[in-house]
Amino acid sequence: MRLLNLLKIAYKAIILNKMRTLLTMLGIIIGVASVIAMLAIGEGSKESIRSTISSMGSNMITIRPGADDRGPARGSGGNVQTLTLEDYNVINEKVDLLSNSTPVVNSSGQVINGSNNWPSSIYGVYPEYLDIKVVGLQSGSMFTDAEVKTASKVALIGQTVVDNVFPNGEEPVGQMIRFNNIPFKVIGVLEEKGENTFGQDQDDIVIAPFTTVQKRILAIDYLNQIMASAVSEDDAPEAVEIITEILREQHKLQDFEDDDFTVRSMEELISTFSSTSEMLTILLVAVAGISLLIGGIGIMNIMYVSVKERTKEIGLRMAVGGKGSDILMQFLIEAILISITGGVLGVALGLGATVFIENFLNWPTSVALYSIIISFAVCAITGIFFGWYPARKAAALDPITALRYE
Amino acid sequence: MAKETIKIENLKRQFTMGSETVHALKGISFTIEEGEFVTIMGSSGSGKSTMLNILGCLDQPTSGNYEIDGVKVKNLSKNELATIRNEKIGFIFQSYNLLARTSAIENVELPLLYNSKVTSEERRERAIKALEMVGLGDRLYHTPSQLSGGQQQRVAIARSLVNNPVMILADEATGNLDTRTSYEIMTLFQELNKKGITITFVTHEPDIATFSSRTIVLKDGEIMQDYKNHNVQSAAEQLAQLPVENH
Repeated sequence: MRLLNLLKIAYKAIILNKMRTLLTMLGIIIGVASVIAMLAIGEGSKESIRSTISSMGSNMITIRPGADDRGPARGSGGNVQTLTLEDYNVINEKVDLLSNSTPVVNSSGQVINGSNNWPSSIYGVYPEYLDIKVVGLQSGSMFTDAEVKTASKVALIGQTVVDNVFPNGEEPVGQMIRFNNIPFKVIGVLEEKGENTFGQDQDDIVIAPFTTVQKRILAIDYLNQIMASAVSEDDAPEAVEIITEILREQHKLQDFEDDDFTVRSMEELISTFSSTSEMLTILLVAVAGISLLIGGIGIMNIMYVSVKERTKEIGLRMAVGGKGSDILMQFLIEAILISITGGVLGVALGLGATVFIENFLNWPTSVALYSIIISFAVCAITGIFFGWYPARKAAALDPITALRYE
Repeated sequence: MAKETIKIENLKRQFTMGSETVHALKGISFTIEEGEFVTIMGSSGSGKSTMLNILGCLDQPTSGNYEIDGVKVKNLSKNELATIRNEKIGFIFQSYNLLARTSAIENVELPLLYNSKVTSEERRERAIKALEMVGLGDRLYHTPSQLSGGQQQRVAIARSLVNNPVMILADEATGNLDTRTSYEIMTLFQELNKKGITITFVTHEPDIATFSSRTIVLKDGEIMQDYKNHNVQSAAEQLAQLPVENH
């Protein structure tokens, strides 16, 4: 029997039982729609993490004190005092793969301008900081190496700080602010960067010369962090290795001792966060997959009912010359048609849901073509898999018994 | 000598029911020639249904020989039997067995759907021709629920004719119809028979037999009588003699 005829018969059977078929399809529709929407959310957040991190400087390397990814008991990076300016100088001198680098000390505190105050963080850095973080200036200028040497009390502030301590819209550059009671002259405003993917406000920041923050605010002789940027993104992993080696030597670590510092490239950071979101995606897809499975069982159920109901029809078809294989194909194609139609509706619903999520919940989404293809393939396979057994049962009917069936 | 459409020799059929063996047919032999109108009669339990199933190639004999249109049916596979049913036999059932919510023409086309040699245009043409033959040329697109019992059986007859079978096999084809309608249907059968179509009619109603040219009576799995009917009644005449219904 020709495929076209089989399709016509299947179409007819479905049309004659519209409501029932639609309800049966619902499982598949919801399953496919959720797979597509979940994957879109997963892909979207992965992409947004990637772009956020890249915007922070994709060839950035951070060195923090303390082995913060090992061991159950450890201090937070800030409390560990293993990283020194000496370490920074050695790295700066010896590692050719770095284009820029800066030591970082940071502290949180209150930014005060007259009666306005705002809790923020101050970062003491070298002028290279801007290049490493890929941040520009809205107005004013960066402090100079000389100002670092002399521990000048100058600062650059982010937009959030501007909004909160200069609420009346006055020009901040040239004004005096106080950070923890130490007066700073504002010499620039950082370019607005907004929130990053992790919900952190990148504009809630004060930048000042390294020496100023280290000596005048914190009065410490260690570093909270070293930031550097590799010559290129590809050089980052090698730079990480070299830095690790140098620091181990600097810290006189024996072979059996673990690193007392952590060197990370952005690439690693990306993969760390990506793997978290990938894990989440896998879980979501697994849930969606289960609903697809349940949809498939629904199809199997309805096909059994259909075969039972149409026993007499099957008997007649056999009597007028339908072979077992014709009957098998008829029911199999019906099942596949149901599941594929469900798949099409599911894809449509999934895309609709994705648009909704993007526009109304403001979650980043990205529909991957592969998710549509996979859902479709899964639908067809579901149809074949769950349609097969009922169809085979129909094909195996004895025509005499089937004809007499009431 | 006319061509032998059906040739049966010493046909036996046994069923095993638990530990018992039931002999439904105990060695039956007869031939049906092309153009005959044969009724197979018998009360329930006579082996009539078993005979019908075997004649219709729905079942295989346990032993003996069955040939239809020169083809030995014994040892054919299920698929080969299906092909024989498709090409050589036209079935008519007591309960019409039409596909519900499906137009008359689509019902009639059904057997041709399973014959890949027939194109869709030819299928449609032949279905229309068959429906015209049974007098339903003006009801091609009616569904069974829009047709009377007699009309539904006419659709079924058209369906049995559409594949140009060597024999029409009717199973109590008038069993669900009132006297008038069943005479109308018998008139149609007689007309078709006059056109040379071989008809085998399985029934338990004796008056149906009077319209056929030959009667085979089965009892307990054996042929009790096999006689030519020299005084064939005309169903059309009988129909005319029926009292006019008062509406």
